[in-house]
Amino acid sequence: MGRAPQDTPGSIWNYVVLVGIIAFFAFPLYWMFVIATGTDADLANIPPKVLPGSRFLDNVREVFGLSEVYFSASLINSFFVSTITTVSVLFFCSLAGFAFAKLRFKGRNALMVIVILTLTVPNQLGIVALYIVMGKMPSSDGTGWNGTLAAVIVPGLVNAFGVFYMRQFIIGSVPDELIEAARVDGATTLRTYWSIVVPAIRPALAVLGLLSFVTSWNDFQWPLITLGGTEFPTSMVALSDLASGNYVLYRRVLAGAFLATVPLLIMLFVGGKQIVRGIMEGAVKH
Amino acid sequence: MPATKIGVRDRLHRFDMRYTPYILIAPFFLLFLVFGLFPLIFNGAVSLRTWRLDDPTRDGWAGFENFTRLFGDTEFWNALGNTFGIFLLSTVPQLFAALIIANILNRRLRATTWFRVGALLPYITPVVASTLIFDVVFAKQYGLANWVLSLGGVDGVDWRAEKWSSWLAIATMVNWKWIGYNALLYLAAMQSVPRDLYEASALDGASPWKQLWKITVPGIRPVVIFTVVLSTIGGLQLFTEPMLFEPNPQAATGGARGEWQTIAQLIYKVGWKDLNLGYAAAMSWALFLIIVIVAIVNALITNRVGGGKK
Repeated sequence: MGRAPQDTPGSIWNYVVLVGIIAFFAFPLYWMFVIATGTDADLANIPPKVLPGSRFLDNVREVFGLSEVYFSASLINSFFVSTITTVSVLFFCSLAGFAFAKLRFKGRNALMVIVILTLTVPNQLGIVALYIVMGKMPSSDGTGWNGTLAAVIVPGLVNAFGVFYMRQFIIGSVPDELIEAARVDGATTLRTYWSIVVPAIRPALAVLGLLSFVTSWNDFQWPLITLGGTEFPTSMVALSDLASGNYVLYRRVLAGAFLATVPLLIMLFVGGKQIVRGIMEGAVKH
Repeated sequence: MPATKIGVRDRLHRFDMRYTPYILIAPFFLLFLVFGLFPLIFNGAVSLRTWRLDDPTRDGWAGFENFTRLFGDTEFWNALGNTFGIFLLSTVPQLFAALIIANILNRRLRATTWFRVGALLPYITPVVASTLIFDVVFAKQYGLANWVLSLGGVDGVDWRAEKWSSWLAIATMVNWKWIGYNALLYLAAMQSVPRDLYEASALDGASPWKQLWKITVPGIRPVVIFTVVLSTIGGLQLFTEPMLFEPNPQAATGGARGEWQTIAQLIYKVGWKDLNLGYAAAMSWALFLIIVIVAIVNALITNRVGGGKK
């Protein structure tokens, strides 16, 4: 008695509950793998087969060999889109975050309020008009950007969350004195950014980079609208194509789904601690 | 040093101090204006027009025709009902479960990092991939869900045949995805609740359960409101799960009789299958208004329940 929850040792039941919950979280991923390694007959087995089969490579080869859906090309597209978006978000959001955190300029507070307000505006709700806007974008054949990767990439090049996150981090982790010292030494704003701010915010860049990559990789609605029906969509749209039609082979679909999930699992495995810390820190500051 | 050189330097320095900040924030604002704010407003103009993808010549003003049509559109009201049904079945259990999990993780435990990273597995998994898996789990004949039910002596359910069962299946997918993420947000907030509050209440003999409701929850109220607003905004725009729960996603009908068709899905169908962008824009504006109202109401209720009467 008389202790905060943080000081109370967890009983064995806490572990039991937590292990059960983690099993619930991990289960679909495991099941995806099981089906991706099986045959058509395995899917109709009662009781269900709970161990992976041996046909994973065959199923993967089949997915890559399809001529209706160019799955390998779609994975490359997703890599391309997510990488460009991530690099751009890191660069532009850290620049803007730096300006909002440490530079003095007229209208700074009002503009920051606008950034925060845009956090709550669901962009999805302007999606019909966005499609029309994309159709009016300059292109060599005059048909606009719809159906091209540009339509997927450009709207994601910066985002309000990134600016906000970077600002919060830079306020807390880059001392004003350091910036002023650089100024006195005659460093330009960009020079200060590059040699003082960037080295100090590496952990935040890692978190924002991971989150941006995941968000961009997993995006479905907008890519479906603008790339649906094109030959080379992103992997998420390609997966929905694989799962369309009257005769869907789930072992094939889920082999594809598994391939499209693995890069993210690797990212979580490598950067899990940082992602957790990033999300939790972001929460407290809101 | 020659005086002119200093002058140039000085001017450059002043230019740098005064204008560089605006250059640094310009990319965000430019892109937001063109691809965020403008479409949102332009959407309003499109909703007042007859804008068809298959017939670009029919682009005259329609007045409020698209909006009045909305009121008599049974498909719209059906989708609205589905959206709210799934929204309630997902948000409430999701946030409740997140609270309980966060409360457990807030104790002195071993391997908490491991549990925290595990809680993010659903968050990083593409919704497209997880929905395809749940499709198999909720299959009528050989699905895992029905097999588990059969172990308990319950008859198999045709998950896609009824509203309640399809809503439950989709809500399960949403809950799976977001419980862990919300639990981490709650955990972060819980760690900054002052400990002397717990000590004082323990002296009064408060049980852990009572402490959770009387101290922890009021202590993390801002984050609770934040998650409620966030899941409202997300939940009312539900798209991927209902789309891919359909055996033939391209149809976007959300079941044979629209059992689980959501508003976001209907907007896609009206706009890109029926090719009526004007009407789709009117629907998304209606949805925008609904989201704003529900988010405000939710925030107010949460504030009350969380003990914010001061």
